[in-house]
Amino acid sequence: MTLLKCKELTKKYGNHTALSGINLQIESGHIIGLLGPNGSGKTTLIKMITGVLAPTSGTVCINDKPVGPESKSQISYLPDHTYLNPSMRVRDIMDFFEDFYEDFDSMRAYDMLAKLQINPNCKLKTLSKGTQEKVQLILVMSRRAKLYILDEPIARVDPAARDYILDTILSNYDETASILISTHLISDIENILDEVIFIQNGILHTHAGVDDLRQKEHKSIDTIFREVFKC
Amino acid sequence: MPWNLNSDRPIFIQIIEKIQMDIISGLYHPGDKLPSVRDLAQEASVNPNTMQKALSELERTGLVYSQRTSGRFITEDTVMIDNLKSELAREIITQFLDNMEKLGIEKEEAISLISEISKGDGHDTVKM
Repeated sequence: MTLLKCKELTKKYGNHTALSGINLQIESGHIIGLLGPNGSGKTTLIKMITGVLAPTSGTVCINDKPVGPESKSQISYLPDHTYLNPSMRVRDIMDFFEDFYEDFDSMRAYDMLAKLQINPNCKLKTLSKGTQEKVQLILVMSRRAKLYILDEPIARVDPAARDYILDTILSNYDETASILISTHLISDIENILDEVIFIQNGILHTHAGVDDLRQKEHKSIDTIFREVFKC
Repeated sequence: MPWNLNSDRPIFIQIIEKIQMDIISGLYHPGDKLPSVRDLAQEASVNPNTMQKALSELERTGLVYSQRTSGRFITEDTVMIDNLKSELAREIITQFLDNMEKLGIEKEEAISLISEISKGDGHDTVKM
Protein backbone atom coordinates (compact mmCIF):
# COMPACT_ATOMS: atom_id res chain seq x y z
CA MET A 1 0.00 0.00 0.00
CA THR A 2 1.27 3.47 -0.85
CA LEU A 3 1.80 5.44 2.30
CA LEU A 4 3.47 8.55 0.98
CA LYS A 5 3.36 10.09 -2.44
CA CYS A 6 5.21 13.23 -3.55
CA LYS A 7 4.39 14.66 -6.96
CA GLU A 8 6.61 17.25 -8.66
CA LEU A 9 7.38 18.59 -5.20
CA THR A 10 9.31 21.87 -5.33
CA LYS A 11 10.42 24.30 -2.65
CA LYS A 12 12.03 27.67 -3.25
CA TYR A 13 13.43 29.96 -0.59
CA GLY A 14 13.42 33.29 -2.46
CA ASN A 15 15.61 32.75 -5.49
CA HIS A 16 17.16 29.60 -4.11
CA THR A 17 15.62 26.31 -5.17
CA ALA A 18 16.00 23.86 -2.29
CA LEU A 19 14.06 21.00 -3.88
CA SER A 20 12.94 20.61 -7.43
CA GLY A 21 10.44 18.24 -9.01
CA ILE A 22 10.63 15.42 -6.47
CA ASN A 23 8.53 12.40 -7.44
CA LEU A 24 8.57 9.82 -4.72
CA GLN A 25 6.49 6.93 -3.50
CA ILE A 26 6.91 5.09 -0.22
CA GLU A 27 5.10 1.86 0.58
CA SER A 28 4.15 0.75 4.04
CA GLY A 29 6.33 -1.73 5.91
CA HIS A 30 9.70 -0.39 4.87
CA ILE A 31 12.70 1.25 6.47
CA ILE A 32 14.10 3.86 4.15
CA GLY A 33 17.30 5.87 4.43
CA LEU A 34 17.15 9.45 3.20
CA LEU A 35 20.71 10.28 2.29
CA GLY A 36 22.44 13.26 0.79
CA PRO A 37 25.24 15.72 1.54
CA ASN A 38 24.72 18.81 3.68
CA GLY A 39 22.33 21.26 2.07
CA SER A 40 20.97 18.75 -0.43
CA GLY A 41 17.37 19.26 0.71
CA LYS A 42 16.72 16.34 3.09
CA THR A 43 15.31 18.40 5.92
CA THR A 44 13.27 20.55 3.51
CA LEU A 45 11.70 17.38 2.10
CA ILE A 46 10.97 16.09 5.60
CA LYS A 47 9.42 19.39 6.65
CA MET A 48 7.06 19.36 3.70
CA ILE A 49 6.00 15.77 4.40
CA THR A 50 5.30 16.62 8.02
CA GLY A 51 3.45 19.82 7.11
CA VAL A 52 5.91 22.17 8.79
CA LEU A 53 6.64 23.85 5.45
CA ALA A 54 4.27 24.43 2.56
CA PRO A 55 5.54 23.44 -0.90
CA THR A 56 6.10 26.15 -3.52
CA SER A 57 4.52 23.76 -6.03
CA GLY A 58 3.64 20.10 -6.26
CA THR A 59 1.81 17.89 -3.78
CA VAL A 60 2.41 15.53 -0.87
CA CYS A 61 -0.18 12.89 0.00
CA ILE A 62 -0.22 10.57 2.97
CA ASN A 63 -2.60 7.64 2.53
CA ASP A 64 -4.03 9.44 -0.52
CA LYS A 65 -4.91 12.51 1.50
CA PRO A 66 -3.12 15.87 1.44
CA VAL A 67 -1.03 16.95 4.42
CA GLY A 68 -3.26 18.15 7.26
CA PRO A 69 -4.37 17.30 10.79
CA GLU A 70 -5.18 13.75 9.75
CA SER A 71 -1.79 13.09 8.19
CA LYS A 72 -0.06 14.63 11.20
CA SER A 73 -1.82 12.21 13.51
CA GLN A 74 -0.33 9.34 11.50
CA ILE A 75 3.21 10.65 11.37
CA SER A 76 5.62 10.52 14.27
CA TYR A 77 8.32 13.07 13.61
CA LEU A 78 11.71 13.57 15.23
CA PRO A 79 12.95 16.98 14.07
CA ASP A 80 16.60 17.97 13.85
CA HIS A 81 16.09 20.53 16.63
CA THR A 82 14.32 20.03 19.91
CA TYR A 83 11.02 21.78 20.57
CA LEU A 84 10.57 20.52 24.11
CA ASN A 85 10.69 22.86 27.06
CA PRO A 86 14.08 22.20 28.71
CA SER A 87 12.70 22.98 32.16
CA MET A 88 10.20 20.13 32.01
CA ARG A 89 10.83 16.87 33.77
CA VAL A 90 11.03 13.78 31.58
CA ARG A 91 7.94 12.44 33.39
CA ASP A 92 5.96 15.59 32.56
CA ILE A 93 6.99 15.40 28.92
CA MET A 94 5.67 11.82 28.88
CA ASP A 95 2.32 13.10 30.20
CA PHE A 96 2.40 15.87 27.64
CA PHE A 97 2.81 13.34 24.82
CA GLU A 98 0.14 11.11 26.34
CA ASP A 99 -2.31 14.03 26.23
CA PHE A 100 -1.27 15.13 22.80
CA TYR A 101 -1.19 11.88 20.89
CA GLU A 102 -3.86 9.25 20.99
CA ASP A 103 -1.41 6.60 19.82
CA PHE A 104 1.23 7.25 22.49
CA ASP A 105 2.17 4.13 24.46
CA SER A 106 3.60 5.34 27.77
CA MET A 107 4.35 1.81 29.01
CA ARG A 108 6.65 1.35 26.10
CA ALA A 109 8.27 4.72 26.71
CA TYR A 110 8.93 4.08 30.41
CA ASP A 111 10.29 0.68 29.57
CA MET A 112 12.83 2.20 27.19
CA LEU A 113 13.75 4.93 29.67
CA ALA A 114 14.48 2.26 32.24
CA LYS A 115 16.60 0.25 29.81
CA LEU A 116 18.69 3.32 29.02
CA GLN A 117 18.81 4.19 32.73
CA ILE A 118 17.24 7.61 32.29
CA ASN A 119 15.60 8.94 35.42
CA PRO A 120 12.11 10.23 34.56
CA ASN A 121 12.30 12.73 37.40
CA CYS A 122 15.19 14.64 35.81
CA LYS A 123 14.62 17.93 34.10
CA LEU A 124 15.48 17.79 30.43
CA LYS A 125 18.10 20.53 30.67
CA THR A 126 20.06 18.63 33.34
CA LEU A 127 20.64 15.74 30.93
CA SER A 128 23.52 15.54 28.50
CA LYS A 129 22.89 16.31 24.83
CA GLY A 130 23.06 12.66 23.90
CA THR A 131 20.62 11.68 26.65
CA GLN A 132 18.22 14.44 25.61
CA GLU A 133 18.36 13.01 22.14
CA LYS A 134 17.57 9.54 23.47
CA VAL A 135 14.55 10.92 25.36
CA GLN A 136 13.21 12.50 22.19
CA LEU A 137 13.72 9.36 20.18
CA ILE A 138 11.95 7.32 22.86
CA LEU A 139 8.99 9.72 22.71
CA VAL A 140 8.78 9.49 18.95
CA MET A 141 9.19 5.71 18.76
CA SER A 142 6.59 5.17 21.49
CA ARG A 143 3.80 6.31 19.25
CA ARG A 144 1.96 3.73 17.18
CA ALA A 145 2.24 5.75 14.01
CA LYS A 146 1.97 4.77 10.36
CA LEU A 147 5.06 6.71 9.34
CA TYR A 148 8.04 7.57 11.50
CA ILE A 149 10.27 10.34 10.22
CA LEU A 150 13.58 10.61 11.99
CA ASP A 151 15.84 13.52 11.08
CA GLU A 152 19.39 12.65 12.19
CA PRO A 153 18.33 10.42 15.09
CA ILE A 154 21.69 8.99 16.08
CA ALA A 155 24.17 11.76 15.34
CA ARG A 156 24.95 12.73 18.90
CA VAL A 157 24.68 9.46 20.77
CA ASP A 158 27.54 7.09 21.54
CA PRO A 159 28.01 3.91 19.46
CA ALA A 160 26.66 1.58 22.17
CA ALA A 161 23.49 3.62 22.57
CA ARG A 162 23.31 3.81 18.79
CA ASP A 163 23.10 0.01 18.66
CA TYR A 164 20.39 0.05 21.30
CA ILE A 165 18.46 2.71 19.39
CA LEU A 166 18.66 0.79 16.12
CA ASP A 167 17.53 -2.27 18.02
CA THR A 168 14.66 -0.23 19.43
CA ILE A 169 13.69 0.93 15.98
CA LEU A 170 13.72 -2.64 14.67
CA SER A 171 11.80 -4.14 17.56
CA ASN A 172 9.18 -1.41 17.84
CA TYR A 173 8.03 -0.88 14.36
CA ASP A 174 5.25 -3.06 13.09
CA GLU A 175 5.02 -4.34 9.55
CA THR A 176 2.35 -1.89 8.48
CA ALA A 177 4.43 1.16 9.41
CA SER A 178 7.32 2.71 7.54
CA ILE A 179 10.34 4.58 8.83
CA LEU A 180 12.16 7.32 6.96
CA ILE A 181 15.58 8.04 8.46
CA SER A 182 17.81 10.88 7.39
CA THR A 183 21.42 10.51 8.48
CA HIS A 184 25.07 10.85 7.58
CA LEU A 185 26.05 7.79 9.60
CA ILE A 186 25.33 5.43 6.76
CA SER A 187 27.56 2.56 7.73
CA ASP A 188 25.88 2.37 11.14
CA ILE A 189 22.39 2.00 9.77
CA GLU A 190 22.67 0.49 6.33
CA ASN A 191 22.01 -3.07 7.48
CA ILE A 192 18.58 -2.17 8.79
CA LEU A 193 17.45 -0.34 5.65
CA ASP A 194 15.33 -1.80 2.82
CA GLU A 195 15.61 1.19 0.55
CA VAL A 196 17.67 4.30 0.11
CA ILE A 197 16.88 7.66 -1.37
CA PHE A 198 19.80 9.79 -2.51
CA ILE A 199 19.15 13.50 -2.88
CA GLN A 200 21.65 15.69 -4.67
CA ASN A 201 21.28 19.47 -5.01
CA GLY A 202 17.55 19.29 -4.47
CA ILE A 203 17.00 16.56 -7.05
CA LEU A 204 16.16 12.92 -6.49
CA HIS A 205 19.29 11.04 -7.57
CA THR A 206 18.45 7.42 -6.72
CA HIS A 207 15.63 5.54 -5.07
CA ALA A 208 16.40 1.83 -4.89
CA GLY A 209 16.48 -1.27 -2.72
CA VAL A 210 19.71 -1.55 -0.75
CA ASP A 211 20.40 -5.18 -1.62
CA ASP A 212 19.75 -4.44 -5.30
CA LEU A 213 22.26 -1.61 -5.17
CA ARG A 214 24.82 -3.77 -3.39
CA GLN A 215 24.32 -6.55 -5.91
CA LYS A 216 24.68 -4.17 -8.84
CA GLU A 217 27.66 -2.21 -7.58
CA HIS A 218 29.33 -4.85 -5.37
CA LYS A 219 29.84 -2.12 -2.81
CA SER A 220 28.35 -0.99 0.47
CA ILE A 221 25.83 1.86 0.47
CA ASP A 222 28.37 3.89 2.41
CA THR A 223 30.94 3.45 -0.38
CA ILE A 224 28.39 4.19 -3.10
CA PHE A 225 27.40 7.36 -1.27
CA ARG A 226 31.03 8.47 -1.02
CA GLU A 227 31.47 7.91 -4.74
CA VAL A 228 28.27 9.62 -5.86
CA PHE A 229 28.84 12.65 -3.69
CA LYS A 230 32.62 12.90 -3.99
CA CYS A 231 33.71 16.49 -3.37
CA MET B 1 25.32 -10.58 19.35
CA PRO B 2 24.71 -9.20 15.84
CA TRP B 3 25.72 -11.49 13.05
CA ASN B 4 28.90 -10.69 11.27
CA LEU B 5 27.44 -9.24 8.09
CA ASN B 6 29.43 -7.33 5.56
CA SER B 7 27.88 -4.32 3.88
CA ASP B 8 29.54 -4.88 0.49
CA ARG B 9 27.31 -7.81 -0.43
CA PRO B 10 23.56 -8.19 -0.39
CA ILE B 11 22.53 -8.87 3.20
CA PHE B 12 19.91 -11.50 2.36
CA ILE B 13 22.52 -13.64 0.60
CA GLN B 14 24.77 -13.49 3.64
CA ILE B 15 21.86 -14.46 5.88
CA ILE B 16 21.16 -17.47 3.65
CA GLU B 17 24.80 -18.52 3.88
CA LYS B 18 24.83 -18.12 7.65
CA ILE B 19 21.70 -20.23 8.15
CA GLN B 20 22.99 -22.86 5.72
CA MET B 21 26.18 -22.97 7.75
CA ASP B 22 24.25 -23.31 11.01
CA ILE B 23 22.35 -26.25 9.53
CA ILE B 24 25.46 -27.98 8.19
CA SER B 25 27.43 -27.46 11.37
CA GLY B 26 24.61 -28.97 13.40
CA LEU B 27 23.60 -25.86 15.33
CA TYR B 28 20.17 -26.52 13.89
CA HIS B 29 19.14 -30.17 13.65
CA PRO B 30 16.88 -31.59 10.97
CA GLY B 31 13.29 -30.84 11.94
CA ASP B 32 14.20 -28.05 14.36
CA LYS B 33 11.96 -25.04 14.52
CA LEU B 34 13.50 -21.76 13.46
CA PRO B 35 12.94 -18.64 15.57
CA SER B 36 10.41 -16.16 14.19
CA VAL B 37 11.36 -13.70 11.46
CA ARG B 38 11.17 -10.88 13.96
CA ASP B 39 13.41 -12.59 16.51
CA LEU B 40 15.93 -13.61 13.88
CA ALA B 41 15.95 -10.10 12.42
CA GLN B 42 16.59 -8.64 15.81
CA GLU B 43 19.32 -11.13 16.57
CA ALA B 44 21.03 -10.32 13.28
CA SER B 45 20.31 -6.57 13.56
CA VAL B 46 18.73 -6.48 10.13
CA ASN B 47 15.44 -5.39 8.71
CA PRO B 48 12.65 -7.99 9.10
CA ASN B 49 11.89 -7.67 5.38
CA THR B 50 15.44 -8.72 4.56
CA MET B 51 15.18 -11.69 6.92
CA GLN B 52 11.86 -12.63 5.35
CA LYS B 53 13.42 -12.53 1.90
CA ALA B 54 16.29 -14.78 2.99
CA LEU B 55 13.93 -17.29 4.62
CA SER B 56 11.65 -17.36 1.57
CA GLU B 57 14.68 -18.11 -0.54
CA LEU B 58 15.72 -20.94 1.81
CA GLU B 59 12.19 -22.23 1.61
CA ARG B 60 12.32 -22.16 -2.17
CA THR B 61 15.43 -24.37 -2.13
CA GLY B 62 13.67 -26.77 0.25
CA LEU B 63 16.18 -26.48 3.07
CA VAL B 64 13.53 -24.88 5.23
CA TYR B 65 9.80 -25.49 5.12
CA SER B 66 6.97 -23.62 6.70
CA GLN B 67 3.86 -24.87 8.38
CA ARG B 68 0.99 -22.48 8.10
CA THR B 69 0.39 -21.78 11.73
CA SER B 70 3.34 -23.13 13.62
CA GLY B 71 6.31 -21.51 11.90
CA ARG B 72 9.37 -22.53 9.90
CA PHE B 73 11.32 -25.74 10.30
CA ILE B 74 14.60 -27.16 9.09
CA THR B 75 14.17 -29.90 6.51
CA GLU B 76 14.24 -33.50 7.72
CA ASP B 77 15.83 -34.56 4.47
CA THR B 78 19.35 -35.37 5.67
CA VAL B 79 20.44 -36.26 2.14
CA MET B 80 19.75 -32.70 1.11
CA ILE B 81 21.84 -31.39 4.00
CA ASP B 82 24.69 -33.75 3.11
CA ASN B 83 24.53 -32.61 -0.50
CA LEU B 84 24.71 -29.02 0.58
CA LYS B 85 27.69 -29.86 2.75
CA SER B 86 29.67 -31.43 -0.08
CA GLU B 87 28.65 -28.64 -2.42
CA LEU B 88 30.00 -26.10 0.03
CA ALA B 89 33.19 -28.12 0.55
CA ARG B 90 33.74 -28.15 -3.20
CA GLU B 91 33.26 -24.41 -3.36
CA ILE B 92 35.77 -23.79 -0.59
CA ILE B 93 38.34 -26.09 -2.19
CA THR B 94 37.91 -24.50 -5.62
CA GLN B 95 38.40 -21.12 -4.07
CA PHE B 96 41.47 -22.38 -2.22
CA LEU B 97 43.00 -23.76 -5.40
CA ASP B 98 42.34 -20.45 -7.16
CA ASN B 99 44.15 -18.63 -4.38
CA MET B 100 47.06 -21.08 -4.58
CA GLU B 101 47.25 -20.47 -8.31
CA LYS B 102 47.52 -16.77 -7.63
CA LEU B 103 50.52 -17.57 -5.44
CA GLY B 104 52.01 -19.49 -8.34
CA ILE B 105 51.47 -22.89 -6.73
CA GLU B 106 50.26 -25.64 -9.06
CA LYS B 107 47.51 -28.07 -8.07
CA GLU B 108 49.85 -31.01 -7.45
CA GLU B 109 52.10 -28.91 -5.29
CA ALA B 110 49.13 -27.59 -3.34
CA ILE B 111 47.86 -31.11 -2.76
CA SER B 112 51.19 -32.33 -1.48
CA LEU B 113 51.42 -29.27 0.76
CA ILE B 114 48.02 -30.13 2.19
CA SER B 115 48.96 -33.69 2.99
CA GLU B 116 52.24 -32.53 4.48
CA ILE B 117 50.58 -30.00 6.76
CA SER B 118 47.67 -32.24 7.69
CA LYS B 119 50.04 -34.98 8.88
CA GLY B 120 50.57 -32.79 11.86
CA ASP B 121 54.35 -32.57 11.69
CA GLY B 122 54.16 -29.48 9.45
CA HIS B 123 57.16 -27.43 10.58
CA ASP B 124 55.71 -24.44 8.76
CA THR B 125 52.81 -24.11 11.13
CA VAL B 126 54.94 -24.38 14.25
CA LYS B 127 57.35 -21.65 13.29
CA MET B 128 54.73 -18.97 13.66
